[in-house]
Amino acid sequence: MKKFFVPLMLLVLLSGCSASGNWGWYVIDPRTNGGWTNIKFLISGMGSTILISVIAATISIVLGLIVALPGQSGNRWLRLINRIYVEFVRSIPLLPMLFWVFYGLPIVFKSMGFNIPIDPFWGAIITLAISDSAFTAEIYRSGIQSIARGQSEAAQTIGLNYYQTMRYVILPQAVRRILPPLANQFIYIVKMSAFASVIGMQELTRRANELVVTEYRPLEIYSLLIVEYLVLVLIISAGVRWLERKMGADERV
Amino acid sequence: MVETAIELVDVNKWFGDFHVLKDINLKVGAGEKVVICGPSGSGKSTVVRCINKLEAHQSGTIHLYGAELTNDPRSVASIQGEIGMVFQQFNLFPHLSVLDNLTLGPMKARDLTRSEAEERARHYLTRVRIPDQAAKMPKQLSGGQQQRVAIARSLCMEPKALLFDEPTSALDPEMISEVLDVMEELAQDGMTMIVVTHEMGFARKVADQMVFMDEGEIVEHGTPEDFFGDPKTARCQKFLSQILQH
Ligand SMILES: Nc1ncnc2c1ncn2[C@@H]1O[C@H](COP(=O)(O)OP(=O)(O)OP(=O)(O)O)[C@@H](O)[C@H]1O
Ligand SMILES: [Mg+2]
Repeated sequence: MKKFFVPLMLLVLLSGCSASGNWGWYVIDPRTNGGWTNIKFLISGMGSTILISVIAATISIVLGLIVALPGQSGNRWLRLINRIYVEFVRSIPLLPMLFWVFYGLPIVFKSMGFNIPIDPFWGAIITLAISDSAFTAEIYRSGIQSIARGQSEAAQTIGLNYYQTMRYVILPQAVRRILPPLANQFIYIVKMSAFASVIGMQELTRRANELVVTEYRPLEIYSLLIVEYLVLVLIISAGVRWLERKMGADERV
Repeated sequence: MVETAIELVDVNKWFGDFHVLKDINLKVGAGEKVVICGPSGSGKSTVVRCINKLEAHQSGTIHLYGAELTNDPRSVASIQGEIGMVFQQFNLFPHLSVLDNLTLGPMKARDLTRSEAEERARHYLTRVRIPDQAAKMPKQLSGGQQQRVAIARSLCMEPKALLFDEPTSALDPEMISEVLDVMEELAQDGMTMIVVTHEMGFARKVADQMVFMDEGEIVEHGTPEDFFGDPKTARCQKFLSQILQH
């Protein structure tokens, strides 16, 4: 799919450049001053998109592990807490959660006596991280469960406790099965970060929206926006494939 | 009078509605060797797994050197490492070298320093006759070697008793004897052992007690002489004739 999409987009862009009446590719034509300024304006959101995604993914990776571990314990109450968190978080659509965090959470804080404002940057990160952590927790779960039960039993018979068994026996083996899907999950975060535009975060989508309002050229500008995400995601996918190859290669030693 | 190492009294266990263990009674003196045999699904693994608390039992008592083993997490924690276990599938840690497989328990659960743990590991690797494989990864070893590493890993915890669940069943025939030889030596050195196995030659040589299980019950229980010479029940006779055929 992706392979066909790139040339297709280029075709659309090029055909537009050939000055037929209804197209307005001039708004993002790098040869003109105005077009170049617009392009720079649009691309300048890239930094925020990447930064939000990276921070949210990092938090989600840690949070996901904290959520996943109780799910593996022998204690059924801990397992229940894990299930409730995962099912609950997984079922909230991102946009309502974003509104709740951005507009609602400061009120909760205030009622508890804290005056913690939430800016669009952290509002977006908190929402993305929490929303994603339910998925990373499930990735950890399947990774941990893919390690045969005999491994934790052997660890138990040489006196390791639950934490030590996880730390020295299960997680080191699970990591190579967990890393590729975790990296894949990063793509999800990058795409979902577009929602941050609605609370005023100056990232790729927000920039495009603002330019559309002044230039009245939605087709051309949103086309470029899609290409921007496409390039980002293609780069990440290449990274994931490289990681998968590396992990697979290790397996064969 | 020999001290009692392990004692099971009227132990019962269910998996849901399924009654896997029915009134199991077993008394193992310190240094004694017990061999358990019986058809597939008779509950042999479940017995040894209850003894080291990999499984919970629902009624009856299990004592280790006079201390009762309950299903309470603290009781379970207190015996971890005290009773060694050798699994059919070895269950070595594939991401760790042979040496690290052996030192992990002593260092993390017994607070030995690395050099103490390594010294102990090399000592037991020598005992299982693979002193020169310490740096290898488990999958670089043959099945017989892997199982001997697993035995050494258990020994590194200096356990009060060692349980074996069909330790040679996953091995190619030519490797079975190298593992049995090591187990025989351990037996001679006075280790308390409970061995689930169908290796009747080994049983004749080392067993003090023979246990035959079927459908969750101990059907026959006695000295190897009585057991092999004069099996009482038809079930046991049939089992023995099948197993001794090849
Ligand atoms: N976790 C479990 N849940 C439900 N049933 C189980 C479980 N583990 C074992 N069983 C059942 O309990 C019975 C006894 O199992 P066990 O493994 O103790 O038999 P075994 O004598 O060791 O057999 P084998 O020679 O095949 O190893 C079997 O019927 C088995 O299917
Ligand atoms: Mg078994």
